[in-house]
Amino acid sequence: MQYRTPIKEARGLGASHHGTAHWWMQRMTAVGMVPLMLWLVVGLAMHTGGGYANAVAWLGSPFNAIVMVLTFGVLFYHASLGLQVVLEDYVSHTGVRLALVLAVRFLALLLATAAIFAVLKIAFGG
Amino acid sequence: MSTDNRPLSPHLQVYRLPFTALTSISHRISGVLLSAGSLVLVYWVLAAAAGPASYQTASAILGSLPVQILLFLWTFVLFYHLCNGIRHLIWDAGHGFELETAERSGQIAIGAAVALTLIAWLIALV
Repeated sequence: MQYRTPIKEARGLGASHHGTAHWWMQRMTAVGMVPLMLWLVVGLAMHTGGGYANAVAWLGSPFNAIVMVLTFGVLFYHASLGLQVVLEDYVSHTGVRLALVLAVRFLALLLATAAIFAVLKIAFGG
Repeated sequence: MSTDNRPLSPHLQVYRLPFTALTSISHRISGVLLSAGSLVLVYWVLAAAAGPASYQTASAILGSLPVQILLFLWTFVLFYHLCNGIRHLIWDAGHGFELETAERSGQIAIGAAVALTLIAWLIALV
């Protein structure tokens, strides 16, 4: 005799109220990336050809440093969410898939941390 | 349970992908390429933080003709992903699903990406 209702069986399994979080963050970061990428491309186009002093002056100004740190954070978050979906769609072996998703997450975090550290070092005059 | 009448995914070896499907898979491929391309941006910032000598080396590598061509293509890939991403956000909001609209918006996304790429390189080179 089955006394539990189907909803009781299902609760606590699966996404459990977090099902849309990944999807939603992918879109939120996408919206944020539109102005950030336009700013980045224009900035790089204007300030990468003029040598070390020009580049450091651009990266080191408070406004640019703040936006650059924000850009690296949002960029690598967006990229890791996107790459995770790609891996989940095409890698069928559960263990390999989990390992690759973890590798992408860790690598994204490492790259974002290194890049943000570099921007702060320039901004604080290191 | 009969499985005979289930819908099948397009058989990629024999099925000619329609334009909208090509823009869809290109969005995913461009996202993966951009993730790889972000390494170049991180390298550039790290080189700037490391000092004038490292920046000089990075400038020489990034300024060489083959890399400049790659960066030009990278700019187009970025703007394609950006413009087509906006197209996806409009779909997420529930608009533009009619076939003619979807094809038109795909053409607009590619056209806008080409235009933005040319504008960016005009800024860089002038």
